[in-house]
Amino acid sequence: MLSYTLRRLLGAVPTLFVIVTVAFFLVRFAPGGPFDLEQPLAPQVLENLRRAYRLDQPLYLQYLDYLGKLVRGDFGPSYVAIDFTVGEMLRRALPYSVTLGLSALVLAIIGGVAAGVFAALRQNSAADYSVMTVATVGVTVPNFVVAPVLQLVFGLMLGLLPLGGWGDGDLAHLVMPTVALALPQMAVIARLTRSSMIEALRADHIRTLRACGLPGHVVVRHALKGALLPVISYLGPAAAALVTGSVVIEKIFAIPGVGAYFVEGALNRDYTLVMGTVVTLAGFVVVFNLLVDLAYAALDPRVRYD
Amino acid sequence: MSRIRTFLCAVAALCAISAGAQAETVYHRGNAGDPKTLDAHQTSIDVEANILWDLLEGLVTYDEAGRIVPGAAESWTLSPDGTVYTFKLRANGKWSNGDPVRASDFVFSFRRIMDPQTAAKYASLHYPIKNAEKVNRGEMKPEELGVRAVDDLTVEITLERPTPYFLELLTHQTALPMHQASVERFGKDFVRPGNFVSNGAYSLAENVPGDHIKLVKNPHYWDAANVRTDVVMFYPTEDNAAAVRRFMAGELDTNYQFPIDQLPFLTEKLGDQVKTSPYLAIEYYAINNRKEPFSDPRVRRALAMAIDRDFLAEKIWSGAATPAYSLVPPGINGYTPAEADFAAMSQLDREDEARKLIEEAGYGPGGKPLKIEIRYNTNDAHKKVATAIADMWKEVLGAEVTLLNTDIKTHYAHLQNRGDFDVARAGWVGDYADAQNFLYLGLTGNAVGNYGQYSNPKYDELVKMSDATLDPAERARIMAEAEAVLLADMGLIPLLNRSSLHLVSDRVKGWAPNVRNVHRSRYISIDR
Repeated sequence: MLSYTLRRLLGAVPTLFVIVTVAFFLVRFAPGGPFDLEQPLAPQVLENLRRAYRLDQPLYLQYLDYLGKLVRGDFGPSYVAIDFTVGEMLRRALPYSVTLGLSALVLAIIGGVAAGVFAALRQNSAADYSVMTVATVGVTVPNFVVAPVLQLVFGLMLGLLPLGGWGDGDLAHLVMPTVALALPQMAVIARLTRSSMIEALRADHIRTLRACGLPGHVVVRHALKGALLPVISYLGPAAAALVTGSVVIEKIFAIPGVGAYFVEGALNRDYTLVMGTVVTLAGFVVVFNLLVDLAYAALDPRVRYD
Repeated sequence: MSRIRTFLCAVAALCAISAGAQAETVYHRGNAGDPKTLDAHQTSIDVEANILWDLLEGLVTYDEAGRIVPGAAESWTLSPDGTVYTFKLRANGKWSNGDPVRASDFVFSFRRIMDPQTAAKYASLHYPIKNAEKVNRGEMKPEELGVRAVDDLTVEITLERPTPYFLELLTHQTALPMHQASVERFGKDFVRPGNFVSNGAYSLAENVPGDHIKLVKNPHYWDAANVRTDVVMFYPTEDNAAAVRRFMAGELDTNYQFPIDQLPFLTEKLGDQVKTSPYLAIEYYAINNRKEPFSDPRVRRALAMAIDRDFLAEKIWSGAATPAYSLVPPGINGYTPAEADFAAMSQLDREDEARKLIEEAGYGPGGKPLKIEIRYNTNDAHKKVATAIADMWKEVLGAEVTLLNTDIKTHYAHLQNRGDFDVARAGWVGDYADAQNFLYLGLTGNAVGNYGQYSNPKYDELVKMSDATLDPAERARIMAEAEAVLLADMGLIPLLNRSSLHLVSDRVKGWAPNVRNVHRSRYISIDR
């Protein structure tokens, strides 16, 4: 297992290299640059800026310069946020997004799996239909609708929770963003769990267990192992996206996470910030996909990696 | 639930009363966005200025009504020929670490902003200082800049030529001083809390980007006795709509910006806690003076007249903007903007006149087809304005109008690099309260900001003359004459004067609307 893990991680390096190269050139093809502002800059000022940020160098030299810094872990200075390097910005913002994302992920998994199992065990009953209806609503209603509604109800009308900010990371500030972020995922997981659980319950080995007279909860536990495989496959990339910050939720609840950097970086043509966020997201996707494959091996004894 | 809450409130109130005498006053201030930097020399946007004006104080500064008053300097004199300013610094001026504020700090600061290595975005604002432009080009050393310390408390600034609006330039956030020892010791990191040394009413306690910036009262500030609030919390409230909700829940005492389409709703709900006030910001359409048919002034005038600005201001901007018939917005002391001659006509009369002009020029129905492309940057308000104006031009002039929107970077890169266009949306926010900052947009020599390439030697001549005139009344007269020339030529099409938008709670005292949109926290007190 260990050698497999190491091989996968090493194999990710060429992938990341391609991603970095494509992103580097792609973002520079967008018209406009970081210093094209609404209040136009005087020509001399623009020249000084381009020199300070090495934008006056030929593109291939800028690329090699960037690669050289990247292998040493230096993402370079931000073109727009002058007081911080991209590395500092990401290091500071990631913990907020990761905390929020992981909380939402855990909530979504627990809630979704529980709801899906509940519905699967009562297939075609009123309980099943109502759970699945709620799930469909959860998938269809966008989170930029859910979030303000939560703010209005629990923040303004009932005055129970603060409307925004991180506070000290206390629970009160974390509840609404986590719920808003988790709801759509919870809905998807519930539906996935339900359908794969229904299939798993029909499997031969489950029928055998039942025939042997084992109690319900043992049967469910065994069925669940198989049912979770599709859910885990879905979760890999979904977790990476959740953990690197939802732009919408973070903006509405004023959480200082990484989500904003994805959008801001592109809109501001902050080349280094865009590269930094792309590399970070790619890294997370690689890691989570690896975790998914390892989880498969843990859950399904038929899966072997050599 | 409500009984428990009442009980808890009572307990809290008791605690507050007992601690009352020592309670520190906190001002929760929504600031619309994150500062990109706290280095005054690198600053370029208003959210940064709001914070910097609380931390630092320049030679001159603003009072609560936005008027220029002595700041770090207690008095100044101007030489008879108008080129040398001598500022006397306050003897009791101190930095937040106890160091006295010295003339050498100002000399250091000006040299640093003009240094090409600093690559300051607003270095060009200070080009009126002797040798400033050459220093910024690298042709002269920073030591040759026309700023020197006569003694510890006297700063002498020599200008290239008499500059009547120089004091206005000094109020700009880029003219704020730096503590020389900190900058030399910490380099780029001098902006971090703990390293940041300030000479203003507050010092920097915490900076968590995306979350909050905390300022605490600076006990060494020369006027600390009159600073009304102890702690200021700046929040980067980027999402306007969410900020409104937070304001209504009482989490914010003031907020900068709110969604303009909510203006009627907010005015109804919040009454006069909604502050819209005139502001030195304009919306206009740049028009390509070098391209047919727009090179014909009659076509430009016709296009300008066919626009119903009242409709734009009331229906699209919901009253958050007012119709503009001049280039320079109202509110600058001592200057009355010239107005386009059609300002007093009714809209129907204007449209008739517009039809006549376009026919005369040989375009529209019966003449050559009038094809216009309006470019604007992606934004709801700009889209609606462009759509409305396209409709007006179709109806009134029989023009065929297409719209093209791009994101803001693409839009401005295209205009600033002299890309081809017919008509393009543009905005301008005054950097300082002087008409010259707006008239600058029409100068032939303005390579980057004169998008339409309007060029009239008479206009250039008048503006140049006004720059050399020291008598304020005479100068205002000449500038108004220049403005009238541009408006007669319709070198660009003024549309609207924007208002600054703030939500200010009833608890807040000391808030004074002003055209510079400066609201220093030291004048604010909160009645809780």
